This record gives sequence, structure tokens and C-alpha cells, in this order.
Amino acid sequence: MAPVLTDVEKYLTDFQAFEQALPAGEAAWVRDLRRRGIARFQEVGLPTARKGNERWKYTNVGPIASATFHHPVAAPARTPAVAEFRDLLPWQEDWLRLVFVDGRFAPELSDTAGAPDGVRLDSLAAALTSDGQVAEQHLARYATPDIDGFTALNAAFLRDGALVHVPDGVELATPLLLVYLTTEHDSPVVTYPRTLVVLGRNAAVTLVEAYVGLAAGRYFTDAVTEVVLDEGARAHHYRYLREGAEAFHIGTTKVHQGRDSTFESVAFEMGCAIARNDVHVLLDDPGASCVLNGLYMTAGTQHMDNDINIDHLKPHCSSSQYWKGILAGRSRAVYSGRVVVHRDAQKTYATQADKNLLLSEEAEIDTKPSLFIYADDVQCTHGATAGHIDEDAYFYLRSRGLDAETASRLLINGFAREILDGISLAPLREYLDRLTSSSLPEFRFSERR
Amino acid sequence: MAEMEGSKVDHREPLLTVRNLHVAAGEVEILKGLDLTVYPGEVHAIMGPNGSGKSTLSNVLAGKPDYEVTDGEVLFQGRDLLAMTPDERAREGLFLAFQYPVELPGVRTRQFLKSALDAIYQHRGRKPLSIREFDKLFKEKMQLVQMSPELMQRSVNEGFSGGEKKRNEMLQLALLDPKLAVMDETDSGLDIDALRIVAECVNRLRGPERAFVLVTHYQRLLNYITPDFVHILVDGRLVMSGGPELALEVESKGYDWVKQAAGVGS
Repeated sequence: MAPVLTDVEKYLTDFQAFEQALPAGEAAWVRDLRRRGIARFQEVGLPTARKGNERWKYTNVGPIASATFHHPVAAPARTPAVAEFRDLLPWQEDWLRLVFVDGRFAPELSDTAGAPDGVRLDSLAAALTSDGQVAEQHLARYATPDIDGFTALNAAFLRDGALVHVPDGVELATPLLLVYLTTEHDSPVVTYPRTLVVLGRNAAVTLVEAYVGLAAGRYFTDAVTEVVLDEGARAHHYRYLREGAEAFHIGTTKVHQGRDSTFESVAFEMGCAIARNDVHVLLDDPGASCVLNGLYMTAGTQHMDNDINIDHLKPHCSSSQYWKGILAGRSRAVYSGRVVVHRDAQKTYATQADKNLLLSEEAEIDTKPSLFIYADDVQCTHGATAGHIDEDAYFYLRSRGLDAETASRLLINGFAREILDGISLAPLREYLDRLTSSSLPEFRFSERR
Repeated sequence: MAEMEGSKVDHREPLLTVRNLHVAAGEVEILKGLDLTVYPGEVHAIMGPNGSGKSTLSNVLAGKPDYEVTDGEVLFQGRDLLAMTPDERAREGLFLAFQYPVELPGVRTRQFLKSALDAIYQHRGRKPLSIREFDKLFKEKMQLVQMSPELMQRSVNEGFSGGEKKRNEMLQLALLDPKLAVMDETDSGLDIDALRIVAECVNRLRGPERAFVLVTHYQRLLNYITPDFVHILVDGRLVMSGGPELALEVESKGYDWVKQAAGVGS
């Protein structure tokens, strides 16, 4: 009989097999980082403790800890064809793209041909064995293994991912799509996507980071993204989550902003049994600004947790958060917005809002926008709402001949519109407009009678 | 009422037949045996004081939840209207112009009306309009109701003035082409110019195939729309019926006179 392994031991076994299969020629710092990751993980494990665990208070990761996932060491046996997944995400033929299948770079699905000189769009695997300068300087400096067991594991199993480096003064005009696909396996797998985006002075990029599941069954994505913006850099960042219905997804995004840089991000989240989107932005130089918006849609028994943190460290920075949730069935969502205005951060402007549309009596939202202000000359607002579908609006639509489904669709799409209108990348906005107004049976408004 | 007009034999089928309609909201009975027959092409005005059940009648005809029909029946083109969902009623050709049109933030007017028209066309076995055909029709109807195209760029009714909302109701009426339009206090909250525009729309949309039921508190709308029949609703029943002159009589003598003349509690 196989011995029963603790959750930490399960990953240690995987790690040993993983380490042995690593290619030769990697720099010492990469191996050190992995060792730090696994050591940290051994120390802290996954954050399953419920008591005194403020960051994970509303999200029980017990099901992730108790499940057994296999980390595929070998490259995937088969690469899916574009036709198998392109409808699941905002795929545009003329965009630049890096595609990863089960955590490994898939060059045949990727296209970086149109990138301007000096711009580096590459797989991390390649970067770690060749010129690792940008990677060495930045990787795991912001999303360190010390944050929690998830970032520790991601560092321990670091192997591949996306490296985006736009040097000083270069604006990448063509949008860049990063796709992390998980395919069907005989037994549940775990992958560790890693993304590093480094923008030089006055560099600009439009980036869509997509996590897409082709597997109906259970799997686990433990993703970490770091975005570094030098002075005057501008990033339009979209995080698109469309994992399988049984998937677990834990994502950590760390953003470090220099002087006068802007980071504008919109998240769209759908699918997943348990999902967490951890975002932390450091406004570390005067004049930096960020916009963090998001739209989450949950149904069935799904659980979606957005933990959005902004640290205002320096004066004259602004941040705004606008999130909206559409909750159906017995699903549950969490929004924790946390803005800290540090003592030196005078003239800070910060807003935070979260609004939720509950389509059923059983859906549940825990929303807690919070502000911690240690400076005295600031302008900050926050608020949150949750409500059911407006029965009068619903009747109005139906009185014009629209059946229950169409009326629901129009109201859901209407609720999403404020977030969609904030997306400046037109093909993505149009894609999400179609998606949120399409027939989504699990998102039908359930009538009282 | 039309069917009580005496010796005149009408071979047409009634569009709407309301018989002994009793309706309650919660514990309170609001309609207490209402009878009404409407033939195609007719315009009926139903006047009544506050609390007489005017809006209840409009809402029950359109299928708004929150009301309980405790007795009686309503036939629309011979079919049981009360058994239909609100959207079925609309597709069958019933239209309610709301007293308080609802604002629908984020719902685009064009998409909303195209969806509604598609549903109605499909029900009538007609091919849905192409985007181009729809836009042409839409533009035409906007001109009919003198609506600024700029308003149509906004979400449905969002930030519209009272008059703009009512005009939007008329636009929808014109576009969806119902057989019976029930107008629930369309005149309330309108200034005289807006009232005139709304009345003009009704007059233009009158025709041998289409009937109107105008529900109103005041006679003034009837200065611009001449109804075929006027009924007075008091305490949940139509207690008096007549021609257009009845409206003027009620206006000058007041509803207390109606109650006395009809012998209902004051």
C-alpha cells in the first residue's frame, strides 16, 4: 500500500523528479531560486489554516491542499490545434503571441515575428539558459517565494513562462497575447506559469494574459506574474481567466511602478471551481498611477476571490479600482480591496468600488473595500454594493416581447457594460461584449415565482 | 361599451374581452368585476380618480407579477391572455406604454429594440430585419416621434427627461407595431408640448387594425386624441360609459358626481 503523503510531501516528491529532469547549463541563481522556493514551501505549506489567517479568511484552499496533482515533467505529447481553443479567448491573428501548453512554451502556436528590434518576447526557459540578464535582475524580486506557499511553489518549479522586455523608449504597437493552456490529462496536473514583464523608460505595451482550460476535469494552475515599469512606462494589461469548470487557479500579480508610469489593468474572470486573483501594486515613485478594474462571473458552486492591494508609497500618485461581479447559482465571490496610503504619500488620489449583481438567492458575495490612510492630504473614496436583478427592469424587457433568457442576457450585459467600456483594446472589448451577451444558461436570472 | 351598443350587429371578432375581472394585490381587492370589450380600430379612454384601479388594469393586462386575478377572464383575440407570459402577450400584439418607463443602465437602445423586434417578427413568421433594414425603420420611427438620434446612443431611458421617456415609449410602440396599445397615464408629468407630441403619435398610429386603451386621470389628453368611447373607472368597476362628451362632463362635474350618478360609495 502506498503511504499517505502530507500535502507538503506530495510536492517534495514531485520536486525531486522535476529537478533531475532539468536541462544542463542553467545559471546558478536559477537553481538557488528554486531551492529557496522549495525550502520556503516546506516551511509554510499551503495557507490552509483558517484561524488568524486574514489573507485567506474567505477562501478555503483545503480542497487544493488535499488533492494530489502531478507535475508533468516531460513536454506535452501533443500540441492542440488553434481551432481547438481559439473561440475560448480573444484570439487575433495579427497580434503577437506566446503560447504555453501545460506550462511549456509552444513555438508552433506562437508568433513574435512582428516585434520591433530590441523588444524581447521569449520563453523563460530560453532566457534562463541563454542571456539571463533581465531575468536575473528582476525575476522573483517582486513576487518573492516568501509571500505564501503558492509563490514558493511557483519559484520551486520555475521552468518556463513568458519574458517580455521592452527597452527604453520603445512602444510595442501590436498587442501581445500570452496564453497559458491546460490540456486534458488522465490524472490531475499542476502547472506553474510564470510571467515577467519589464518595461524600460517610456516604453509601452498592451498585453493580454490569458489562462484557458481545455480540460473538463480537475487541475491546478499556480501562476505568478511580475510587471516592472520604469519611469514613464505605460502598460495596458488584461488578465483573462477562462479555466475549466473544475479547475483550481491561484494567481499572484506583483506590479512595481516607477515615476510617472501608468498601469491600466482589466481582469475578466469566468470558470474555475476555486480561483484567487492576488494583485499587489507598489506605487513607488511620484506621479505613478494605476487603474485596476475587473469583471467576475461565477455560477454553480464556484468560488472566486479577488484580493487587490495597492501601496501608495510616494506623493502625487493615483489609483482607482472598479470591480463588478455577476453571481449565479450557489456561487460565492470575494472582493478584498486594500489601499494603503503611506505617510509620505501626500496628494494621493484613490478610489475603490465593487458592485455585484446576484442572480439567485443562494449566491453570496463578501466584499470589503478598505483604505488605510497614514497621510493627511489625500482624496480617497470607497464603496460596495450588492443587489438582485431589478424586477421592474426585467418586466419592462419582457413586456417588449423578450423571453426570460434574452431579458436576462440584456441585463447581464448591461451590468457588465461599465467595465467593458473601460477596455481600450477594441477586439477584446468586442469579444467580451459578445461573451457577456451570449447564451449562458448558468447565468439566467431565476424568477421568484 | 361596444357590445352594448344595441341593435347594431358587429360581425368582427373583439380584440380584447375583459369579463368580470377581479384582481387583488396582497389582501386588497382592487378590481371588482370589470367588463370591457375592445374591437380593432377603436380608441377607448378609461378615466378614473386616484386609487380607482387604473394602473392595476394596465399592469394586469401586460402581465406584471405582484397581482392576483381572483375571478373573471381576459381574452385577447379569443385566447386566454392571463395564461400567457408577459413576453408572449407582447409577441401576440399587446403593448403597454408605461406610466414610469424604467431606466436600463448599460442596455443599448438599439440592441434592445432589435432583439424585441426580432422576437416579434419570429413569432409572426416574418424574417428578421437585417441590420440595415432595421436601422432604416428605426430612423423612420424616430422621426415620427421627433426623437433626437443622440438619445438613442445612450442606454435605454438612462438620464432621459420625463417627456423623453414617454416619447421613447411611443417610439417602441411605433416600431413594434402592436394590435392593442394600453397607455398607462401616458399624459402624467408631461408639459403641454410633450403631451401634444405624444397625442400626435397616437393619432398617426391609429388605424383600422390597431386599438388603443388610454388610461388617464385627466381629460386634457382627450383634447388631442378623440376617443371612440369613454369609460369611467370608480372603485374597481367601469360605472359609466359614453362618447367623447362624457370626458368633458366628468372634467366639469368631477368624480364625485360620477359616484353619485352611478350610485357607488363616495
